[in-house]
Amino acid sequence: MKAKHQRLTLALLAVAAVSGAALLALSALKDQAAFFYAPGDVRKDGLPIGRAVRLGGMVEAGSIAKLPDGISIRFIVTDGVAKVPVAFKGIVPDLFREKSGVVAEGSFNPDGSFTATNLLAKHDEKYMPPEIAGKMHETKSLEQ
Amino acid sequence: MIAEAGLAALWFAAALAALQLALAAVGVRRSLLSAPLSAGADAKKLPAQRFTGVEDVAVTDQLLSAVRPVAVVQGLLAGLALLLLMVVFVRSDMSVLLVASNSHSDKPLIYKIAGAWGNHEGSMLLWVTILGLAGGAVAVLEHRLQRTTLIATLGAQAMIALGFYAFLLFSSNPFARLNPAPADGNGLNPLLQDPGLAFHPPTLYIGYVGISVAFSFAVGALVTRDVGPAFARAMRPWVLGAWIFLTLGITAGSYWAYYELGWGGWWFWDPVENASLMPWLAATALLHSVTVLATRDGLRAWTVMLAVVAFSMSMIGTFLVRSGILTSVHAFAVDPKRGAFILVLLALYIGGALLLFAARVGTVRQGSTFEPVSREGALVANNLLLSVILGIVLIGTLYPIVAAGMGVQLSVGPPFFDKTAGPIALLLVAIMGAGPLMRWRRDNANAVLGRMTVPVAATGVTLAAFAALGGGMGILPLLGLSLAAGVGAASIAPLWKRDLRRTPLFTWGMVIAHLGIAVSLAGMASDSAFTQQTLVAARIGEPHRVGPFTVTLEHIRPVIGPNWSALEGTLTVRRGEAASFTLRPQSRFFASPPTVTSESAIATKLDGQLYTVLGQEDEQGRWQLRLWWKPFVTLIWLGGALIALGGALSLLGRVRRERRVAAREEEA
Repeated sequence: MKAKHQRLTLALLAVAAVSGAALLALSALKDQAAFFYAPGDVRKDGLPIGRAVRLGGMVEAGSIAKLPDGISIRFIVTDGVAKVPVAFKGIVPDLFREKSGVVAEGSFNPDGSFTATNLLAKHDEKYMPPEIAGKMHETKSLEQ
Repeated sequence: MIAEAGLAALWFAAALAALQLALAAVGVRRSLLSAPLSAGADAKKLPAQRFTGVEDVAVTDQLLSAVRPVAVVQGLLAGLALLLLMVVFVRSDMSVLLVASNSHSDKPLIYKIAGAWGNHEGSMLLWVTILGLAGGAVAVLEHRLQRTTLIATLGAQAMIALGFYAFLLFSSNPFARLNPAPADGNGLNPLLQDPGLAFHPPTLYIGYVGISVAFSFAVGALVTRDVGPAFARAMRPWVLGAWIFLTLGITAGSYWAYYELGWGGWWFWDPVENASLMPWLAATALLHSVTVLATRDGLRAWTVMLAVVAFSMSMIGTFLVRSGILTSVHAFAVDPKRGAFILVLLALYIGGALLLFAARVGTVRQGSTFEPVSREGALVANNLLLSVILGIVLIGTLYPIVAAGMGVQLSVGPPFFDKTAGPIALLLVAIMGAGPLMRWRRDNANAVLGRMTVPVAATGVTLAAFAALGGGMGILPLLGLSLAAGVGAASIAPLWKRDLRRTPLFTWGMVIAHLGIAVSLAGMASDSAFTQQTLVAARIGEPHRVGPFTVTLEHIRPVIGPNWSALEGTLTVRRGEAASFTLRPQSRFFASPPTVTSESAIATKLDGQLYTVLGQEDEQGRWQLRLWWKPFVTLIWLGGALIALGGALSLLGRVRRERRVAAREEEA
């Protein structure tokens, strides 16, 4: 193979590989666009039942209930628009508390409740995940 | 006074960087004007000394002897500034704003020192210090590069440094005073109060900055049209060095997240993690393509391009982590003005380098050709796949930011990366096994297949064994485990029938680094396939089982640390007939800033780790306990260490060979 041809082949290969990657990534991202939910979205988007998603919002005041088994809790996540009951089995993060931000990883159940496999809480007093701040703003303005 | 001295040192360093840039610009200009024939292709046939002509050697020599000390002193001054910042932190001088907001007089000494870079301003100072010292090292150590290229390289290095000095002096002064001074500081984020985190940023930064040196080399070589095997051999040790530190940094970071965050996971696809993974992917590709350039004079333009890409990735990493644009478990939010500053630097450097690349790529002539079935062919495939993974990670990391700009909030998590990058990474690993078994330039496909018999058999046997016995294992862990077996066999195959004592050190390096990938892969697959967990509300004295262990909570007791207090659980663990041992997970309270952290307790055994986390107490006096048995999870980080060790052996081998060659040339 001549040098010129080889260079062309390699360049074409590189372009094909990179655009293949972009296509793969973008098609996977289509699903991801519906990866993050706020309680208010549930009404307008319908529930992705059983699929791994994140649910973000505030833990409603007075909603945390510990179950008798000592390791499960229930609480309500709200964004001021809608409320979603969440069940979680495990050790809650250190900064998980009422009226503070939380991101729950898990999936929706057919009855509209959420089963979390993991909870991410804010790291300090000032921190609120931007995703939540944005979502609350968005769903609130949708209501008005 | 100390803080003012530090600031002055920074100003002087910045001035010297400007001088270094000016001298280099003059030198390169004169040299290029007086030697217009120095186009790349001809240059490689002539030794560096002869090619610029007698007169120009005098000019460039003079300039070099001026630029070299400037580069060294600039690095030392930046180092002095960092040293003074550390002094201010150790003395807990609360009249310095940075100390007051990030340190506390009660903190243990090591975290006072580490506190100097456990924040935005300090870490940027660390960045520029390493950059300056690396520039000084290039000025002193680099003798292989053509002189004009060396000057241009030092000029590029000064230009990068100048941007960061400006950033520090105009928007992130680490020495700013605070008046009135508070009695005590705010304290360091307790998550960062950990030995892992004290050493993690310097390690990663050395990696990032090492890549910036490779970038400067590429810019220098583009300016003087000197892209060729000699340039590749000069650049390779820097790429290798940077890559070793990046590997170590990522491995250590992963282990830190694993034990400190208490989630029992070793990789979260967190944007901050991706920020260090992306430069590593690019540097890995660069490392392999620079070898093709050094050995076979192929992939010239591609190698230069990769150097630009790798540096862009380390800048994007810095930008992502330091701009506060991200949601991250690391949550380093800082003000967006600084993000904009880094973004402008990013655009200038990368845009400039890409323009230079576009203008000069025509003069970078193609080197030798090769057949698809050859070592080069495998390395090209490696480069393409690495670039594809890099592209996927980059898109996945930046997409939420772009989407946010368009008013859509979303987050991209592990499901995306696992689905897209996972399969390609497995393919890459398979090619990695085959590559070293191929000859340079041209090989016979049948012969290669013949050499692959043992590894392929190892893969097949493992696959069959786990498919038969593993019952219900996921497809990815199954493929991972069998590929790990095959690639492990293929990695050591190059040593087959060789006199081991005569095998060059860099061959050992390659073998060990590739083996490290196989070991790591085995650990990842084993962790996801075989982990067992128990989550209980434990009463005192009640035994619980996880994997082969019986764990009993003996008692809970308060403990006091230097700047925290904690509730500590004492767990007695038994495994069959063996003697029992004790684990002590804690729940720690820090007063300043007020925070609670879980300190997991981990027992490391030959066949895996027992990981325990203590939760809260409930009304009935039961304590939440999370117990994980993770078979062979340690292989993940052992593999990382092996990869870095392989890199270090390669580096040593290359340096020794260069020395020997240089000595022989001197004799002749």
